[in-house]
Amino acid sequence: MNRPSNTEASNERLISELARDLAPVQRLRPPSVRALTWLTVVAATAIVLAAIADLSALAHRLSAAPDMWLSVIGSTLTAILAAVAAFKLCLPDARPAWALLPLPAVLLWVVASGVGCLRTWLVPGTHAADLSEARDCLLFIVGLAVPLSVVLFIMLRRAYTLQPALTALIAGLASAAAAASLLNFFHPFDAAATDLAMHASAVTIVIGANWGFSGRLLASNFFTQ
Amino acid sequence: MPLYESGALMQDSFPCYPITAGVTLATSSRSTQAGRRADHFRTQISDSDLRRSVWMAAAQTGDGVAYQALLRECIPIIKNVARRRGVSVDRIDDVVQEVLLTVHCARQTYDPSRSFTVWLCVIADRRAIDLLRRIRRQDLREVHAPLAFEDHADQSADPTRWLVHTDTSGVVTRAIASLPPRQRQAVQHLVLEERSLADTAALTRRSAGSLKVNLHRALKALRDKIRPWD
Repeated sequence: MNRPSNTEASNERLISELARDLAPVQRLRPPSVRALTWLTVVAATAIVLAAIADLSALAHRLSAAPDMWLSVIGSTLTAILAAVAAFKLCLPDARPAWALLPLPAVLLWVVASGVGCLRTWLVPGTHAADLSEARDCLLFIVGLAVPLSVVLFIMLRRAYTLQPALTALIAGLASAAAAASLLNFFHPFDAAATDLAMHASAVTIVIGANWGFSGRLLASNFFTQ
Repeated sequence: MPLYESGALMQDSFPCYPITAGVTLATSSRSTQAGRRADHFRTQISDSDLRRSVWMAAAQTGDGVAYQALLRECIPIIKNVARRRGVSVDRIDDVVQEVLLTVHCARQTYDPSRSFTVWLCVIADRRAIDLLRRIRRQDLREVHAPLAFEDHADQSADPTRWLVHTDTSGVVTRAIASLPPRQRQAVQHLVLEERSLADTAALTRRSAGSLKVNLHRALKALRDKIRPWD
């Protein structure tokens, strides 16, 4: 009879270790369902914010410039698609191509925001945000994206990603897009160039922070669960 | 009876199970002998894949026996994937162990309605690529020159160091021997044999708290007994 080699014995030892006192685990629900759970948190936040926002000003603004809808739809779609992509990417067998899912919505968001920015130059009398309003936008997006990112991160950590940096990047995009969508309750005017730059900075800060912090924390998931 | 042996999972949890389990085999003519052989082979593959899925589903509920059987069956599959990816023979077992650990940590993410083999192969492929990248990075940073290493004179070499070390270890051994039995036992298992607290508690039939207290006291006593500045 052949005696097992060192590596075979080592593999066998590892298997025994892993199987010993094996704890039952709760199977994760499908990524779309988990994304929906997170989006429900975003929707609940939206309801709370709608209660304190000036909805009549928002309705007036949207009826006066219907293309503003495109920007809102773009950011909302980005949040939804990025959330689905993040929950897909946090699975160990996910293809990295899932990261491209929110790309069309991001393009719509960027182009529609750019059109709104152009109107402040072309149409006289359009209200555009000044520098202090722009700073408030940055604080709003970052401030709201942080708790949304934390909730998303806690949910993603339950899975086990082999692409932590990419997952965290897309999760950051989802949080930033959700916060930017919610900003519309308090932002019933077009974004001027400075305002738009501030929005872009806020989104970049949120994505960068997620990539830096959450990416490392998700990477540290390896062999610790 | 374990869940995977009862057959309950087979009937209830896999109503839409994929037939080919992600392995494509050409069977153009069912009337030919080759076609029948291919059909038979495909059925075998889907059967074994189905069995692995059932084992994994049982492992998710905490069935260690099914889990052990599953992980054993995973090894040849992982080795094949690693070999195809170009991992050298001496590093294939590194991939095997990393994949086994990944499967363990990610077992809650597996959906039993999908092919286990395909799930495993994707993970194995990722881990093999990770290892190849790590080796490439290491090769860029480090030079493998065993002869140069052997020929390099150690400037800090001291022929008397061995004697000093022997003497020091004698002092340590004597100091440990002079400890009370319970403290000595804690040092022996937790420090010298590097066992975990849980293992030592099981071995000595003492509580983890008692072991910690005794280890703390023992280390304090040893610090007092062995003073390098004396």
